[in-house]
Amino acid sequence: MSESNNVLVRVHDVDKVFRRGSEEVHVLGGAHLEMPDGEFLALMGPSGSGKSTLLNLIGGLDRPSEGTVEVGGLRIDRLSDRKLAGWRARHIGLVFQFYNLLPVLTAERNVELPLLLTHLSRAERRKHVAAALGVVGLKDRSQHYPRQLSGGEQQRVGIARAIVTDPTILLCDEPTGDLDRTSSDEILNLLSALNEEQGKTIMMVTHDPHAAARASRTLYLDKGKLATEPEE
Amino acid sequence: MKYLHLLWRNLTRKKLRTVLTVLAILVAFLLFGYLSAVRQAFNMGIEVAGADRLIVRHKVSIIQFLPISYERRMEQIEGVADAVHQTWFGGVYQEPKNFFAQMPVEPVEFLEMYPEYVLEPPEYEAFLNTRTGAITGVTTAERFGWKVGDRIPIEATIWSKKDGTRTWEFDLVGIYEGAEKGTDTTGFFFRYDYFDEARAWGEGNVGWYTVRIDDPDRAAEIAEAIDREFANSPAETKAEPEGAFMQGFAKQIGDVAAIVTAIVTMAFFTMLLVTGNTMAQSVRERIGELGVLKALGFTHRGVLGLVLAESCLIAVLGGALGLALAAWLVSFGDPTPTASLPIFYFPARDVVIGVVLIFLLGLAAGFFPALRALRLQTADALRR
Ligand SMILES: Nc1ncnc2c1ncn2[C@@H]1O[C@H](COP(=O)(O)OP(=O)(O)O)[C@@H](O)[C@H]1O
Ligand SMILES: [Mg+2]
Repeated sequence: MSESNNVLVRVHDVDKVFRRGSEEVHVLGGAHLEMPDGEFLALMGPSGSGKSTLLNLIGGLDRPSEGTVEVGGLRIDRLSDRKLAGWRARHIGLVFQFYNLLPVLTAERNVELPLLLTHLSRAERRKHVAAALGVVGLKDRSQHYPRQLSGGEQQRVGIARAIVTDPTILLCDEPTGDLDRTSSDEILNLLSALNEEQGKTIMMVTHDPHAAARASRTLYLDKGKLATEPEE
Repeated sequence: MKYLHLLWRNLTRKKLRTVLTVLAILVAFLLFGYLSAVRQAFNMGIEVAGADRLIVRHKVSIIQFLPISYERRMEQIEGVADAVHQTWFGGVYQEPKNFFAQMPVEPVEFLEMYPEYVLEPPEYEAFLNTRTGAITGVTTAERFGWKVGDRIPIEATIWSKKDGTRTWEFDLVGIYEGAEKGTDTTGFFFRYDYFDEARAWGEGNVGWYTVRIDDPDRAAEIAEAIDREFANSPAETKAEPEGAFMQGFAKQIGDVAAIVTAIVTMAFFTMLLVTGNTMAQSVRERIGELGVLKALGFTHRGVLGLVLAESCLIAVLGGALGLALAAWLVSFGDPTPTASLPIFYFPARDVVIGVVLIFLLGLAAGFFPALRALRLQTADALRR
């Protein structure tokens, strides 16, 4: 982990300003973060502290108002919208709290979605989809629609969708936030395995100390400061 | 094409809404397609009218007669190649609703003037050799199940015979085809010599003339020369190009083209609102999902394209079904019980316009929803 010089994510002095009416809200206030390649980082902190905002900046879903975001040596805050979208498709796997599967598509078609943006043929796409569903243990559920799956299963489909393109980094925003203990553990086991066995770099936002305990490092975000210990 | 599944699944998400929208579009395009055929029917002849033909009628009205002697006089006018006459017979076959036009003509000259009436050589010979012979177009022959060799009795309403009877019997010697799709194949033509000799009155008078001119560009000038020739005579004439003549005929019934255009325009705008509303709802419901697509790496334009494609897909479904249904209905032919629309088909030009309209509808209806999808900020959309 930290002894590796191979820094994958470098967030430097970022701030994000939101407008609420006439009022400006500074969310991150100059945060710094470095993530080595292969790290499993847990990000904790009170609600509204800016965890999702930070995650979005690293995933190129949003742009910083101040500062720089570098992933794999690339200044993604400088990319055009179009380039950024392409970059996301190739390098980022996203896992959401509420799964965000398309209800009209089967598990298999949901997992296939990011592959539609590649040049893979239908047959190749199917192969990748089957592999990803295999990793999350849902091969036999490929033809099910989200509503036919439990929360834990839907989240596993979400993870399969996130890993199907073999991204550089997995960004998970409260992936177990809506799940019971058992399902949470399954998801956490899966993420640990992806990190340990496949060396995936993972950043996970969570409220749950149990979940954070599975990560290789935990950071606390509060009032725009990232700390290794929670504040009083 | 790989997005087709996604588009289709999105359309079938709210099945009832999609079906109703598609049905509404279907009806609009059915209306468009069918009315195209109606408009074409009313424009009949105008488009197939020979540019090198003039119609010469009595200046007062078409029902007034012109002397047969005019034929020779017109043929002597510079620029006139040929003149043939026709006369409205106006007889009834079995019952008045079985309407079709009947005209006595000079066989050789007439068929030379109207090469679009195509007759087999033996039938042509038979027409020349049979004094009571008549020819008719395939449409009328099929309508009454006539075959060559049939004897067709027609009850006169205008032209009683010298022997005091009113029933004229004709021997059907030929059935002509139209050279073009728009050719009128409902006419019934018989021999003028037989007619002139047997009619009780009006000998030597004909209804109107068709005149072939050497140079279509000089049509106006030649028409004037013809009218001048007969000015200040008991039967003054009015000569005009065949197309204008037909148009004048159609205008008597009403400006059908304008009415049809108005109806179709209204239907089209209604569809625009219906489809636009469907797309707006559909996008509103899916803001979060569109955000997810963007998060996964779909570009702003890619998402715009998906919304527009979905809108076009609805329009294509409804439009194609509507046009197909219209074509099917039109294929049954003239819908009027009196067969008063002799030319009834779905013009190719209107099929093309229909297809263009389908895509215009799809793009226009999807425009604002697509714009909304385009502008959607990824992080904001995910936050909902
Ligand atoms: N698009 C936005 N407009 C206005 N305020 C926002 C927007 N996005 C986030 N915020 C604000 O920024 C702060 C941090 O939000 P967020 O990153 O979602 O926090 P967390 O994920 O830690 O709960 C909150 O106060 C939130 O209200
Ligand atoms: Mg959050």
